[in-house]
Amino acid sequence: MTTTPILPKLVGQRVKRREDPRLIQGRATYVDDVTLPGMQHLFFKRSDIAHGRIRRIDASAAQAMEGVEAVFTGAEIAELLGPMPIGTPYSSPAHRAVAVDVVRYVGDPVAVVVARDRYVARDAADAIVVDYEPLPAVVDPELAMKGQPTVIHPEFPNNLAVALVPSGTGVDAAGKVDDSAIDKAFAAAEVVISQRMVNQRLAPCAIEPRGVVAHYELGKGSMTIWSSTQNPHILRTFIAALNGLGQDQVRAIAPEVGGGFGSKINIYAEDYVASAISKRLGVPVKWIEDRSEAFVATTHGRDILGYVDLAAKRDGTVLGLKLRLIADVGAYNMLLTAAIPTLTLLMANATYRIPAVRATLTEVFTNKTPTDAYRGAGRPEATYFVERAMDMLAQELKMDPADVRRRNFIQPHEFPFTTQTGAVYDSGDYEKALNTALEAAGWDRLKAERDAARAQGRLVGLGLSMYVEVCGLGPSSSLPTGGWEHGQVTIERDGRISATTGASPHGQGNETTFAQMLADQFGVPIEHVTIHHGDTAVVKQGVGTFGSRSQAVGGTALHMAGGKVKTKMARFAAALLEAHEADLVFENGRIAVKGAPASAKSFAEVAAFAYVPVPLPEGLEPGLSEEAFFEPANNTYPFGCHISMIEIDRDTGEPTLLKLVAVDDAGNLINPLIVEGQIHGGLAQGIGQALVEEVVYGEDGQLLTGSFMDYALPRATDFPRFELHGCVTPTPVNPLGAKGVGEAGTLGSTPCVVAAAVDALSGFGVRHIDLMLRPEKLWRIIHGGQA
Amino acid sequence: MSDATRRTIAFTLNGRRVTADVKTHETILEVLQRDFGLFGARESCGQGLCGCCTLLVDGTAVSGCLYLAAFAAGAELVTVEGLARGDELHPIQRAFVEKSGFQCGFCTPGFILMTAELLSRHPRPTNEEIRHYLSGNLCRCAAYPDIIEAVKRAAELQADRT
Repeated sequence: MTTTPILPKLVGQRVKRREDPRLIQGRATYVDDVTLPGMQHLFFKRSDIAHGRIRRIDASAAQAMEGVEAVFTGAEIAELLGPMPIGTPYSSPAHRAVAVDVVRYVGDPVAVVVARDRYVARDAADAIVVDYEPLPAVVDPELAMKGQPTVIHPEFPNNLAVALVPSGTGVDAAGKVDDSAIDKAFAAAEVVISQRMVNQRLAPCAIEPRGVVAHYELGKGSMTIWSSTQNPHILRTFIAALNGLGQDQVRAIAPEVGGGFGSKINIYAEDYVASAISKRLGVPVKWIEDRSEAFVATTHGRDILGYVDLAAKRDGTVLGLKLRLIADVGAYNMLLTAAIPTLTLLMANATYRIPAVRATLTEVFTNKTPTDAYRGAGRPEATYFVERAMDMLAQELKMDPADVRRRNFIQPHEFPFTTQTGAVYDSGDYEKALNTALEAAGWDRLKAERDAARAQGRLVGLGLSMYVEVCGLGPSSSLPTGGWEHGQVTIERDGRISATTGASPHGQGNETTFAQMLADQFGVPIEHVTIHHGDTAVVKQGVGTFGSRSQAVGGTALHMAGGKVKTKMARFAAALLEAHEADLVFENGRIAVKGAPASAKSFAEVAAFAYVPVPLPEGLEPGLSEEAFFEPANNTYPFGCHISMIEIDRDTGEPTLLKLVAVDDAGNLINPLIVEGQIHGGLAQGIGQALVEEVVYGEDGQLLTGSFMDYALPRATDFPRFELHGCVTPTPVNPLGAKGVGEAGTLGSTPCVVAAAVDALSGFGVRHIDLMLRPEKLWRIIHGGQA
Repeated sequence: MSDATRRTIAFTLNGRRVTADVKTHETILEVLQRDFGLFGARESCGQGLCGCCTLLVDGTAVSGCLYLAAFAAGAELVTVEGLARGDELHPIQRAFVEKSGFQCGFCTPGFILMTAELLSRHPRPTNEEIRHYLSGNLCRCAAYPDIIEAVKRAAELQADRT
């Protein structure tokens, strides 16, 4: 008698990633590895001034160069492509993929060369002469709002991309504003904290630059486009539309993608131009971004100014919050540009029961690279503004930062909780997260350590931050792309499982987490499950990977599809076993009658029967393949608490992170190993924002941080090992109870590091330090501003 | 007829003697990709600042995006593809998998080869040596703590093997 191996349950286990073997051996295929016969290479001639009128473009020398197939100016591209669409409901200036008459940021494309190799293409681009009439550069968003020094898009007076949007208490659906509640809150205040805060501009810097290969096949009339994208189905939608093709005629492929962090959601000018040129010339074309281009041509993130006023009683009870936001969105609206700062509005309530909130948002055009999603996308900004204000309140009242927060938390019994800004928090236990973090960090002990260090003259500080974020995006009502995700599960004839997901991972490890789920669902070895993604010809439908949605939405869609197949498979098994399907259990690679383990068929036997069903059980079609669309009823709202300890060198102002403790509640976890990796990465980017990262423009609109020499990324030497702890409050929004974790690390880490720096320098009378914490800035505080 | 812009070079690549016809301006990275189909070393910054294009030339890690192919004449080159023995991963690769020292994987071959040089010079590296050697490699997924653990584990596995 053969014994059946017992298969352990995999969900919740630290399963090693299935992606690893190909990545670790350099065997993964990225877009730059795609080479097609007859392929031509594109290079974009870009504006080297921030704002100017194009008087004349002379491409004759470029066109005459050997190996140059064609040169297209903006006017010529405009004959092939309409303006680039956006994915938000706001009105927007026409944005040409290649500028036609005016350039509006350094890096704005003005012409495209098509040539036999990258060298020729680049040399030819250098040979193109563009004659500009320079215009004044608009760099400061607060001056831009007054129309100074000029207006970038004439149809948007005072550079207002989105004019004032009010939100919060007393704002009705029509946008009518009643200020009585917020005025009353501030009238009753015993203490008011007011601070202007900068949440600086960042560059996403996915380590794989963007790239695209487009191949329009003249004989077939169809297009295949490979792109380093987070969402091939959205890419397909827009590429088809702008090229006058049906979605059935476009196949979009996201091969291996080396990180995105939000910057690869967009459909970029280069995607559109590559597709249009391939269609026009009938040859495959490739464009691969270089790093200098990435700094100007790939969307930036953050860049929101906040004017924060917090009204409270002297016991620390918060009465009201005013948040006036000014978002510098750069020169154009990209796909989600206008929507990102609205997430800051949405999350203004943070983790607190604030009785009155007035949040307003103005979005402003400037002569800079457009902004769009970057890990966290609007939520870190909200967290930063509110948490900094809470710290300032604690400092003012000489309260422990933990106590002032504890006094104001939304309580567990209040969920679902509708915030003053209209979010419906699904679940939460903020005090538990705080207490877990305080205990894990040893808060009181750390305070004693800090005080002891200070007694020795060292500048050591502690910071703490709560956060709540909106994830698992989201219902279709909140996403113009649709807020669902699609999954399909097929039991192959040999009993192996093929599944497709519209969530298109780019480093997150979803091939592993999804396979874990399905292996458990069917009681089969994980080695028998393959997850396909990233190719619209294989994956029928999809939305994509962003907004920490893959597991919560994509995972649920697969779980649902799996459930449908399982139901059908049980009926085939029931026929074979002459049992009732409700009595069957799927485990250890078999389908058995509950309580009668001898009465069983192997998974493969039942699969084979389903494809050659003789006799066909009544009411069944042959085959085992089912799909599902999951539309969540709400977003999910993960939360947590981050604590940091830093030391600032008195002589140099250099800050050193000594300790970072993070408690993150992402609901149920499929694979803690992968979750920890996501949190680590998010924390590093959040701490990077606090300590080393900042996109800087000169007054003339020139980018001053255009390489890794000038724009710092966190390095292996920068941080201690982070201490991660969890708590688990499952969400009721989806059957998995999973909320999403990809962005969480960026939320609490930035404000808690700034808080620690302010604490370290509290002896110098400082209340707030704007991002980022340059050593020079800290040194000046220490040395009284004397250089 | 001689052409000053072209060279035929012979070198050892992952243990095999090979030759390549290269242009004098071409980088070794381009030649590895075009002529040998090796894509493990990849360009990310093109300026020698990120480490994604790292390969070993005579045992020393170099930035393939800046290293002219012509300079490889007579040298011994190792890329990430040359580490595994068939299906058997190199100890450094095993350690990176064991410690989950990567996420998207784009930068990983560079970290692995830098680790190879580190361990060849410092078989039992200190934390400071690890951090020093890895300070020129960028990982935007920021798997650094796990990478550092992976390097320590790799040192153990290599010690076991010898």
